[in-house]
Amino acid sequence: MSRIEFRDVRHAYPPPPGQAPVYALKEVSQVWEDGGAYALLGPSGCGKTTLLNIISGLLTPSEGSIRFDERDVTGLPTSERQIAQVFQFPVVYDTMSVFDNLAFPLRNRGMPESRVSQRVTEIAEMLDLSERLGQRASGLTADGKQKISLGRGLVREDVNAILFDEPLTVIDPHLKWQLRSKLKELHQQIGVTMIYVTHDQVEALTFADKVVVMHDGGVVQVGSPVELFNRPRHTFVGYFIGSPGMNILPCSLDRGQPVFANNLLSSGYPVDTDLSGKLEIGIRPEFIRFSDDGIAVEIQKVEDLGRYQVVTVRHESSQIKMLVGEDQAIPSEDPKISFDPDNLRIYCDDWVVESAHA
Amino acid sequence: MRKTTNQKAWWLVVPVLLLVAFNAFIPLMTVVNYSMQETFGNNVFFWEGVTWFEKVLRSERFHDALLRQLLFTGMIIAIEVPLGIAVALAMPRKGPWVSVCLVLMALPLLIPWNVVGAMWNIFALPDIGLLGFTLNSMGLDYNFTQQPVSAWMTTVVMDVWHWTSLVVLLCYAGLCSIPDAYYQAAHIDGASPWAVFRYIQLPKMKRVLTIAILLRFMDSFMIYTEPFVLTGGGPGNTTTFLSIDLVKIALGQFDLGPAAAMSLIYFLVVLLICWVFYTVMMRNEEQ
Repeated sequence: MSRIEFRDVRHAYPPPPGQAPVYALKEVSQVWEDGGAYALLGPSGCGKTTLLNIISGLLTPSEGSIRFDERDVTGLPTSERQIAQVFQFPVVYDTMSVFDNLAFPLRNRGMPESRVSQRVTEIAEMLDLSERLGQRASGLTADGKQKISLGRGLVREDVNAILFDEPLTVIDPHLKWQLRSKLKELHQQIGVTMIYVTHDQVEALTFADKVVVMHDGGVVQVGSPVELFNRPRHTFVGYFIGSPGMNILPCSLDRGQPVFANNLLSSGYPVDTDLSGKLEIGIRPEFIRFSDDGIAVEIQKVEDLGRYQVVTVRHESSQIKMLVGEDQAIPSEDPKISFDPDNLRIYCDDWVVESAHA
Repeated sequence: MRKTTNQKAWWLVVPVLLLVAFNAFIPLMTVVNYSMQETFGNNVFFWEGVTWFEKVLRSERFHDALLRQLLFTGMIIAIEVPLGIAVALAMPRKGPWVSVCLVLMALPLLIPWNVVGAMWNIFALPDIGLLGFTLNSMGLDYNFTQQPVSAWMTTVVMDVWHWTSLVVLLCYAGLCSIPDAYYQAAHIDGASPWAVFRYIQLPKMKRVLTIAILLRFMDSFMIYTEPFVLTGGGPGNTTTFLSIDLVKIALGQFDLGPAAAMSLIYFLVVLLICWVFYTVMMRNEEQ
């Protein structure tokens, strides 16, 4: 077990001949504390898998270094890193039985057979595979196969970290919940660092203590689910986390306070007045209310989701989504909305602007 | 819903029926016809029953030819399959060399059988052929027109040269269809290169290998042109394989009855071996 550290890691895949390399990973410096449960969240193509493969040594980064504790492992092959990794699509060794599949990583490392069978039995128990241990792995359903893949990741005891690359994509929804809580439980039991890649925010937020949000090859924010929700550092985090995501609206500044649609808004904190760049405000749909005075809008769409309704309103060219509780009425004439000042953020060139007095 | 009955659709099958009749069924039945009768020409036939079959099955000559055939096919499969796998494993999966390798591999397959025979005949001539001359000047006594061992070696090497590419290409296709994740998982699991081959590559190649072995079995079991051009079945009868022997009986001696009986036995042997092999290979797949 160890602490994993990225120092200025950049990675570009070999470009087609005659073209400049495109960095899949742009300058990541990041520490993964020993024993943490991390989720790596981001849309497809943002560099999550690249980052994961760099940790496990399947890829060697173009620049920068990786350290396990203080040891530089950048050049070390996968086999010497003691990392377990589970992939998006199930990988099973078709000709082997379920038991042999689970035992494979242990036997390859020369573990005595008695210990192997003890470990395999434990893991099979945990994943409800006990009854299938004697079966050929190729005969299982996709669910079963992915459980084997998970099992092969979990069966080793001496690992520095277990990496999951969207492991539940092929699994049935109800089983997904089960397996995810099982992983979480397991993390608490064995305390090994787990890094879980996903593009599904629910998965990330339920699994992890710390969520690392990636966007366009870089890490934009690291934080607990609550932090990510309440204080997104980047417009992308605001937009990507939450359902529906944060409203990002163009604004100007007047004496350190944002102005949107000719309304001077209060942001709860003053900012420098000489900001230059693209200015925007971010406000979550949860923090917008209908009110007697405020910004005049036009209601476009109301989606009833049961306990609340998602109302889409428009002010000139800006579309705004808001959440309205089922007990609250939607005004039929001259609707006006107002923003909760404590939960309003100001962004300059997509990065959050902190208080001028901080 | 009322079901309409219209039997006219059967007419649509007629072209295919005619085609199959003329290119397979009628020729086959002609052979069956010949295999049970004796003729001395003038279209006069005498019924013989299964006499020819008994004769062929008891004939020393047929036994020898069959044995030579089995030995030859066994040898070339034993060489071509492992060699084909090895070459396929060594070929690059990505990059500019892929197409170069593929074209080089495909070249022998594009050469007509009789040309291959002629090429190797000249190549192996002991006095002027590059191979024959080189071997002899190295002090080896090599003459495929006179020594059975040399003739066999040359025939086997020629077939390996001509057909290993087929196994290579099929295996290569099988290897290319393995997703990267399998290799990555094997890395993570600490698998040795042998384990990667044994538990990932070989199982994933099983289907294409089955096809490759079947094709090579059928093709080599019916080999005719290449050894005919290279050695003419000699020296003596040493490289007279089944089809060469069959042609000798049918056209050389004009023994149509025994030749027809032999053809049918020959056909059934090929069919039987293919069926057994395929059934055994696919038995596990269905579970």
